[in-house]
Amino acid sequence: MGILEGKKILVTGVLTEASIAYATARIAQEEGATVVLSNFGRAMSLCQRIAKRLPREAPVVELDVTDAEHLATLADRLREHLGGEGATLDGVVHSIGFAPQEAMGEGFTEVAWEHAATAFQVSTWSLASLTHACRPLFGERASVVGLTFDASVAWPVYGWMGAAKAALESTSRYLARELGPEGVRVNLVAAGPLRSMAMKSIPGSEQFEDAWEKRAPLGWSVTDTEPSGRAVCALLSDWFPATTGEIVHVDGGFHAVGV
Amino acid sequence: MSREDIQSGLAEILEEVAGVAPADATPEKSFTEDLDVDSLSMVEIATAVEDKFGVAIPDDELGNIKTVGDAINYIEKNQ
Ligand SMILES: NC(=O)c1ccc[n+]([C@@H]2O[C@H](COP(=O)([O-])OP(=O)(O)OC[C@H]3O[C@@H](n4cnc5c(N)ncnc54)[C@H](O)[C@@H]3O)[C@@H](O)[C@H]2O)c1
Repeated sequence: MGILEGKKILVTGVLTEASIAYATARIAQEEGATVVLSNFGRAMSLCQRIAKRLPREAPVVELDVTDAEHLATLADRLREHLGGEGATLDGVVHSIGFAPQEAMGEGFTEVAWEHAATAFQVSTWSLASLTHACRPLFGERASVVGLTFDASVAWPVYGWMGAAKAALESTSRYLARELGPEGVRVNLVAAGPLRSMAMKSIPGSEQFEDAWEKRAPLGWSVTDTEPSGRAVCALLSDWFPATTGEIVHVDGGFHAVGV
Repeated sequence: MSREDIQSGLAEILEEVAGVAPADATPEKSFTEDLDVDSLSMVEIATAVEDKFGVAIPDDELGNIKTVGDAINYIEKNQ
């Protein structure tokens, strides 16, 4: 029996087979979960194509986290795929990140508020708004898992995305505090660099790849999303029943060592 | 599959993914410059090519495919 047997899980952010969310959705299905995907705008049709490559094709609902209407109607639209009236949701995977080009690269102090604000809305605030939108569906226990890029230090070229990730880590702790009494756990996986669309869109992100391969005690593969997907699924499962507000590093051990 | 079949199959994909009129999908056309295809659409086109022709285009190859003709050549060679 899989560790997610019988669980119903929303996985946001599947764009390509290189998406962390794709590995997560695939492993969740292999572990027995029923998976619903979401994505937005122009990414919808690509997501629908990729959904067919999962062990079982998963339905895709539209969710642009900057669209209040999408958020307000999400629970109802999910119910349709989860068995109608009285349906519950056991897990939510937040695998969403975006910052405008203007907010990344060098020149941190020159970035206009509107660009930083977009990074925060899509990459940070959305963890709270997505959790809120799914709250009516949570049963006695539920698990929310998001993805961060270790925000305890300042990175080259990551710019305001890094600041947005630091705020995401804080947001996750506030959610853990507020939803704990309802039996809802909120945790993050801090993944090492992976060659997804999001990462490739950051000019200069190759320098992370070299650094990681050299320094991570366990070594690191920038094309292997399996370790991150597994960690997300573990946190979705009942095997971390007393863990919330936590950040699990899936980075080959990079964060634990100096040069 | 013949070159003609590949070209017309690719034209169908271009129309579906990026709204390119089939008559415009000729070999000399550049995806970005002539057909307004951006990187997200390119990735979707590659995904659709794999579904339709069974030819996967790895990421680092995708960067070398600049024109419709490049794509046809790649599919022809790797089918
Ligand atoms: N790739 C890495 O190196 C890495 C490392 C650590 C953490 N992460 C994080 O993992 C998460 C997933 O990224 P990925 O690397 O799999 O890349 P990805 O490009 O495959 O996924 C990012 C997803 O965010 C979605 N998205 C963007 N704006 C949205 C919006 N307004 N509404 C809804 N969805 C939206 C995109 O459509 C896409 O599916 C992100 O939070 C990212 O920051 C990535």
